[in-house]
Amino acid sequence: MYSFEPSEEQKMLIDAVGKYAVNDLRPAAREAEEGRLLPPKLVAKGWELGVLQASIPEAYGGFGDRSAVTGALAGEELAFGDLAGAIAVGTPNLFALPILLGGTEEQKQEYLPKVIEGNWTPYTSALIEFAFDFDPLALKTTATLKGDGYIISGEKAYVPFAKEAEAMIVYAALEGVTQGFVVSKGAAGLSVSDEAEKMLGLNALPTYRVKLDGVKVPKANRIGGDSGFDFERVLASMRVANAAAAVGVARAAFDYARDYAKEREAFGVKIAQKQAIAFMLAEMRTEIEAMRLLMWEAAWKLDTVKDDAFIEAYLASTGAADMAMMVTDRAVQILGGHGYIREHPVEMWMREGRGFAMFTGFTMV
Amino acid sequence: MTIEFETPKPIVQTQFVLKTVAEEMMRAKSRYFDEHEHEIPWDYIEFMHTAMKAMGVGSLAPKEKSNGGEESKEKRPPIAYQMLATQMEMLSWGDAGMYLITPGGGLGAAAVQAAGTPEQKAKFLARFVEEKPTMGAMCMTEAGAGSDTSSIRTRAVLDEKNNEWVLNGEKIFVTSGDKSITEYEKLGKGFIVVWASIDPSAGRAGMRSFVVESGTPGVKVTKLEHKLGIRVSDTASISLVDARVPFDHILGSPTVEKTTTGFKGAMATFDATRPLVAAAGLGVARAALEFLKEKLAENGVQIRYGVPRQKLTNIEREVIDCEIMLKSAWLMVLKAVWMADNKKHNALESSMSKVKAGDVGTKITQKAVEILGPLGYSREFLLEKWFRDAKITDIYEGTGQINRLVVARQILGYSGAELR
Ligand SMILES: Cc1cc2nc3c(=O)[nH]c(=O)nc-3n(C[C@H](O)[C@H](O)[C@H](O)COP(=O)(O)OP(=O)(O)OC[C@H]3O[C@@H](n4cnc5c(N)ncnc54)[C@H](O)[C@@H]3O)c2cc1C
Repeated sequence: MYSFEPSEEQKMLIDAVGKYAVNDLRPAAREAEEGRLLPPKLVAKGWELGVLQASIPEAYGGFGDRSAVTGALAGEELAFGDLAGAIAVGTPNLFALPILLGGTEEQKQEYLPKVIEGNWTPYTSALIEFAFDFDPLALKTTATLKGDGYIISGEKAYVPFAKEAEAMIVYAALEGVTQGFVVSKGAAGLSVSDEAEKMLGLNALPTYRVKLDGVKVPKANRIGGDSGFDFERVLASMRVANAAAAVGVARAAFDYARDYAKEREAFGVKIAQKQAIAFMLAEMRTEIEAMRLLMWEAAWKLDTVKDDAFIEAYLASTGAADMAMMVTDRAVQILGGHGYIREHPVEMWMREGRGFAMFTGFTMV
Repeated sequence: MTIEFETPKPIVQTQFVLKTVAEEMMRAKSRYFDEHEHEIPWDYIEFMHTAMKAMGVGSLAPKEKSNGGEESKEKRPPIAYQMLATQMEMLSWGDAGMYLITPGGGLGAAAVQAAGTPEQKAKFLARFVEEKPTMGAMCMTEAGAGSDTSSIRTRAVLDEKNNEWVLNGEKIFVTSGDKSITEYEKLGKGFIVVWASIDPSAGRAGMRSFVVESGTPGVKVTKLEHKLGIRVSDTASISLVDARVPFDHILGSPTVEKTTTGFKGAMATFDATRPLVAAAGLGVARAALEFLKEKLAENGVQIRYGVPRQKLTNIEREVIDCEIMLKSAWLMVLKAVWMADNKKHNALESSMSKVKAGDVGTKITQKAVEILGPLGYSREFLLEKWFRDAKITDIYEGTGQINRLVVARQILGYSGAELR
């Protein structure tokens, strides 16, 4: 059957997450962006909503089963509040979910309870590399089997919370195929930049460059053990999450611009009564809906293990990235000169809007 | 409720059957009827009528109640509109013009379905499952009233003595107008639904629609248009001179309250039909995109899905963008018809799906012709025809602009007076 309505349980989650997004994340967003710091209490509160915990089975310390659809619904809501906050709350997902999806039984037993029991703890992953043609399926960082372990060499960029991270999954090409390796804090050859990276947007999110200079990890640290794991599935799930976040940010910008247009007057009428503005809003709303549905379908295909889930997730992520740029740009346009001023959030969303073309790796459902 | 995208079995089966029809009955004849405008593809019409009667699909006519029906059947979620949208998409993938002359009542039946009483539905819709193929049409547009439907001039006056409505006016651009009211040996007795004012001083509140049967004196086709595309579908001008119809042929209430109920009847029809028209447009777009990919593959061009954008060639990017547009537009159609099936108010979703399909249908067909260069421009292939056919989606059932207005009013909470 086709059906376009979240379940009762999902609605309750959306409601709880939505409240946190609007009442906690959004009011803190501007100050966090300017001060380049997310209040730890804010992140802790988001963690307590239990989005990740609800995706991990009881056997590993959680209380539910993973659903990409549910994760995507929550992801959109969080990003609607504030993207930096949303990514921070979900950073441990980047470590836990690949292990849940592709890890061996021992790996799940060892890592999952540590990540999800108790408070938000910085566990993260390192995927992105600082190259214009960065491609998750053709990484420049390499892993080589040597004796009883793997030697990892390369450089990673934009690794959230790398500095404090207890452990991170480092993605590297093993004989040309992307695989994941658990690298613990303080491993020999691992170095993290002192300063957090300065970016076009997302300045509240601490991300770092990470250098791997012949880091040696035991064989047991390869996700999925000796036979490894299906990275494409993880990548698809990152792309769905990226699309969900893009929809959330776009929706934030749309709502703001719509409300503004209904207040602001020019030439004796509300600007929303001018077709030039009203049509922009209509197209923004239409494109948000289009990409939300594509993202939902991709998530559903991941959950139901459809053959074309990988392609669909790619299309959703690519389409949503373009959509987010279009919508956030227009939101600034609708506010005119005021949109350019940092008193309004639309310029921040516009800077974030451009990022979705490369944010894959920041979020996962 | 859940979020899910599994195509229901009955729809999968119908798609399978219609694909063969589309290939063998439609595409095989597409070029001929494109080049012989106003000729009628009787083979297709008769085949479809027989086939649909046998399968019980494709028509808005009330389904016969199966006697002793099992309880379980009743409980299945309704999918009638989802089924219709899927059929329209697949048949338009075959040939968008030919699809429009599929017997079954078309927009005429849709208007009765949306605004008629149960008695009217029973009376007017039963004919579509009878012996001969039968057509229906809807006449809103006039030379001086297109997007601005409230300024129609056609009048309906009640002749109280005879208890009849007397209609006078000139309608244009009536899809299947000719086949609905001109008497053809091979067709059953069709009807047109004519929009007219019963009280011009009341504006929209005075607008009503009337079922006018084929054979009604004073009603005739005065012109058949020559068009850019969908040429096999007749687009008729119809004049009504003192055309008399029985009192109970008025759809909806016969009295003018100071409300816009009459107009709402028209809008309710559009809520139901816009996603269907969108679906048809997407069928053409899919045909074009599939053809494009096929030709590229023949020429050794592979589309590398999953590769970051900055590493793709321009052609790969364009094809991927087309795919994103098409898939997401189709999901918008599905959501709008799913809402209709589940009796949810879908004015916003319905118009959004039409906005999107109008854009996507034109963009994809235009892109495909562009990318294929000389191949795209040649009449050796149907692609150039699909480019011409697709454009209509952005024009009828409310132009792209009118549907943007509807969407904007919905999201802003504005009336027609506040945003015009
Ligand atoms: C092949 C074909 C089949 C058709 N079939 C039917 C049918 O079966 N029944 C029927 O009743 N009609 C039918 N139509 C008519 C169709 O619905 C109208 O042509 C359409 O609604 C536009 O009206 P118009 O042509 O008068 O254009 P106009 O209303 O004159 O519009 C011209 C331009 O102005 C724009 N515009 C108009 N108003 C506004 C506004 N308020 N704001 C912004 N822009 C505006 C329009 O979008 C368009 O771009 C058919 C038309 C065609 C071509």
